[in-house]
Amino acid sequence: MNAPATLMDKDRTAPAKERLVVIGNGMAGCRAVEEVIARDPARFDVTIFGAEPRVNYNRIMLSPVLAGEKTFEDIVINGEDWYAENGITLVSGDPVVAIDRATQTVVAKSGRVEPYDRLLIATGSDPFIIPVPGKDLAGVVTFRDLDDVDRMLTAAEKGGSAVVIGGGLLGLEAAHGLSLRGMKVTVVHLMPTLMERQLDEAAGYLLKTELERRGQTIVTGGDTAEILGKDGRVSAVKLKDGREFAADIVVMAVGIRPGTSLAKAAGLEVERGIIVDDHMVTSDPAIMAVGECVQHRGACYGLVAPLWDMCRALADAACENPSGYEGSVTSTKLKVSGIDLFSAGDFSGGDGAEDIVMRDASRGVYKRVLVKDNKLVGAVLYGDTADGNWYFDLLKKGEDISDIREALIFGQAFASGGARLDPNAAVAALSDDAEICGCNGVSKAKVVETINAGACSLDAVRSTCKASASCGSCTGLVERLLALTLGSEVQSGPKTMCKCTSFSHEDVRRLILEKSLRSIPQAMQELHWTTPDGCSSCRPALNYYLLCAWPGEYEDDQKSRFVNERLHANIQKDGTYSVVPRMWGGLTNPRELRAIADVVEKYNAPMVKVTGGQRLDIFGIRKEDLPAVWADLNAAGMVSGHAYGKSLRTVKTCVGSEWCRFGTQDSTGLGVKLERMTWGSWMPHKFKIAVSGCPRNCAEATIKDFGVVCVDSGYELHVGGNGGIKVRATDLLCKVTTEAEAMDICAAFIQLYREQAHYLERTAPWIERVGLDQVKAGLFEDPESVKRLAARFRYSQTFCQTDPWAERVAGKDADLHQHLAEVRPIEVESA
Amino acid sequence: MMIGDWLDIGSVDQITPGTARTLPVVGADEIAVFRTQKNEFYALVNKCPHKQGPLSQGIVHDNVVTCPLHNWNISLKTGEALGEDKGCVPIIPMKVDAGRMYLLRSAVVGSRAA
Repeated sequence: MNAPATLMDKDRTAPAKERLVVIGNGMAGCRAVEEVIARDPARFDVTIFGAEPRVNYNRIMLSPVLAGEKTFEDIVINGEDWYAENGITLVSGDPVVAIDRATQTVVAKSGRVEPYDRLLIATGSDPFIIPVPGKDLAGVVTFRDLDDVDRMLTAAEKGGSAVVIGGGLLGLEAAHGLSLRGMKVTVVHLMPTLMERQLDEAAGYLLKTELERRGQTIVTGGDTAEILGKDGRVSAVKLKDGREFAADIVVMAVGIRPGTSLAKAAGLEVERGIIVDDHMVTSDPAIMAVGECVQHRGACYGLVAPLWDMCRALADAACENPSGYEGSVTSTKLKVSGIDLFSAGDFSGGDGAEDIVMRDASRGVYKRVLVKDNKLVGAVLYGDTADGNWYFDLLKKGEDISDIREALIFGQAFASGGARLDPNAAVAALSDDAEICGCNGVSKAKVVETINAGACSLDAVRSTCKASASCGSCTGLVERLLALTLGSEVQSGPKTMCKCTSFSHEDVRRLILEKSLRSIPQAMQELHWTTPDGCSSCRPALNYYLLCAWPGEYEDDQKSRFVNERLHANIQKDGTYSVVPRMWGGLTNPRELRAIADVVEKYNAPMVKVTGGQRLDIFGIRKEDLPAVWADLNAAGMVSGHAYGKSLRTVKTCVGSEWCRFGTQDSTGLGVKLERMTWGSWMPHKFKIAVSGCPRNCAEATIKDFGVVCVDSGYELHVGGNGGIKVRATDLLCKVTTEAEAMDICAAFIQLYREQAHYLERTAPWIERVGLDQVKAGLFEDPESVKRLAARFRYSQTFCQTDPWAERVAGKDADLHQHLAEVRPIEVESA
Repeated sequence: MMIGDWLDIGSVDQITPGTARTLPVVGADEIAVFRTQKNEFYALVNKCPHKQGPLSQGIVHDNVVTCPLHNWNISLKTGEALGEDKGCVPIIPMKVDAGRMYLLRSAVVGSRAA
């Protein structure tokens, strides 16, 4: 494919002007012609074919035209005079339908035949139409050319609703335009994050929040099932989950495909795009291609910047001065007024790449740059994109940034001005009335005064003058002030939740409530997480804290759950699972036992074992068999035993007064009632209950998280026992006289533990940490506390007592159990 | 690039971002195919270098998976254990094209954990 050499030989033997025919009157085709003319105006006779009946315009400015910020005249690049002045023949509104390489001619729709010496294909790309029923209804449009914009504007004049399918760059710009034109706009996006190719989860969350604030409805994770119509016109969009959104117009903006059909029909080498070499020459040396229709070194581009570089290389080669195109690093800016968003390069992280993240919740700013081998390799900016071009420049030039690394995230002004400045000195230079903490309005003088008055740690400063106690973005400044004021006497505070945050578990739990944080990305943004999407410690913890804080509202995040809670079974060392159905209070019956026996045989379970919690554990079940196993157990009336969860495990009982000659109360009956009340609840850690019918304590209630020991006069309630690594006997909490009181206090104690313990902290270490007195105070100091706590627990339980096994049997989250596919190598070899 | 060298294993929509799915291979090790929150795709032998835990079931954060058995962190990009732990799991070259996922055929058939 070393085409330029061939072409040059031919040039020398051709005395007359060569005929250059361009298919495509868009940005790429015209730019290439401009570049060629700039180099050698006398070289070619140029003919340009355009499918649209108009002159060349700037397609990327269609969004501002739709939004009413520009007119068509504003976005024309080359008017009719340009074609005339340069002797270019423009054939507009007559698209080329075939290329005949043997005779070196192209044929247009009208039948016109045009011979060429060199052909340039610049057919751009076509919008991708998702193949759903109703896609051909009137009122379903794409967003590609001026006709599309006209169709949208006509629809917008009548007002009503618009649905935009696709939450990428183009879709959001269309949505913005239609929204400004007064339509009620819904954006349906298949992925969980808007613009997922350019943005990470955090920036996507900020964008979604802002668009919703502007009145758009944003549906992420929305999979379009069909477009509904009435009398041949679109009326609504229906999603696979059944939701429907009314629509007077539907804009399909899910993506583009390189326009390769002409090239393919002509027998040129085509993969995703038309294959070109570094000089934009196709597999036929007489034919070049440029723009969104090409595939260069494996990459196809849908943005405008690479096009300029391609056209330069093409013109250089066509004018006998080959330079070569080496691919482009691209950057993206969203053209929605008032939203500053920038993304460039590779922001996907990766090996050896290091993230530098800065979040400023009060200003709605998120910045993330990626550094690898002392070079900037990617950047995502939201809210403050002033430094976008500077980062993009550093990225393209591949400059060594080790000197300015410390200050890189703060932007050009800071990095070039004070790069080698000691950061402590910079803080020392701040004036006394400089505001350190914007959330709580604390000045530098106030922080220093607090430190001098004895606050020797970050935590002490936070609890005294509140600096950095809200969003945490000024934590670094407070730490520097501590270092400046105290030198080596700074004390380290309580442990942070994990390395992703400067906050402790208590802080995070308090702030979730104070700031009404409702999702994991929101919590990470508002609390200035330093990693893009957390780690395996903080994700499950945040998921639990949010679940506990907002019962019935928070949507559980499966991907933040440990495998056992995701698959509702216990993973074993060989990757199979064990299954434990619930046996209420340790009671069972022939039907349940038969069902268990049948499951063990049917699935060849290698072992079935009686557990310490008075139930049966079936071992060796494969993840793909779990739903079928559960279906069989459900059929016998059994539900999940949650033996896998940070949740209520078992309620162990003895037989009590019904059978035992020593029994004082109905311990079995109370155990069953307690289990019926508490099953299904999520907790900071696993939680075990036992009820013994007399002080002989056969149910071992005094090493459980909550233990009841029945006595003649009532019920002794014990808490904080543990039979695990570190054995701890329970503390006596109180004594009550009725079952109802025992039940209320059990519910209240669980709720107190749920609301106050750290994630992964059992009741025993929790009580050791806060003290039994504190727990008692939380329950009994106010006579209404037990009632209120118990009510909160029971409310939360109304959302938790659905058998997760039955949900899976009914088909929920089937992906988790099924293989993606299966590979049989014999077929592979013969394929 | 010969299409025949690449094995089409399905549409990208079949994996939720931030999770993984499994691909059993008859006569060779099962493969875990990951999709990160940022929509990168990786394929690894589904065995932790530590005690062969199924990595496909771990929590995915950034481009790291935490093994469900003993919390080793494995780089999805290189297959190497991160931090203090030492070990490496074979990776299978993968590409995504026009919404389809492809694995390098020779690596799929030959994938075996050391």
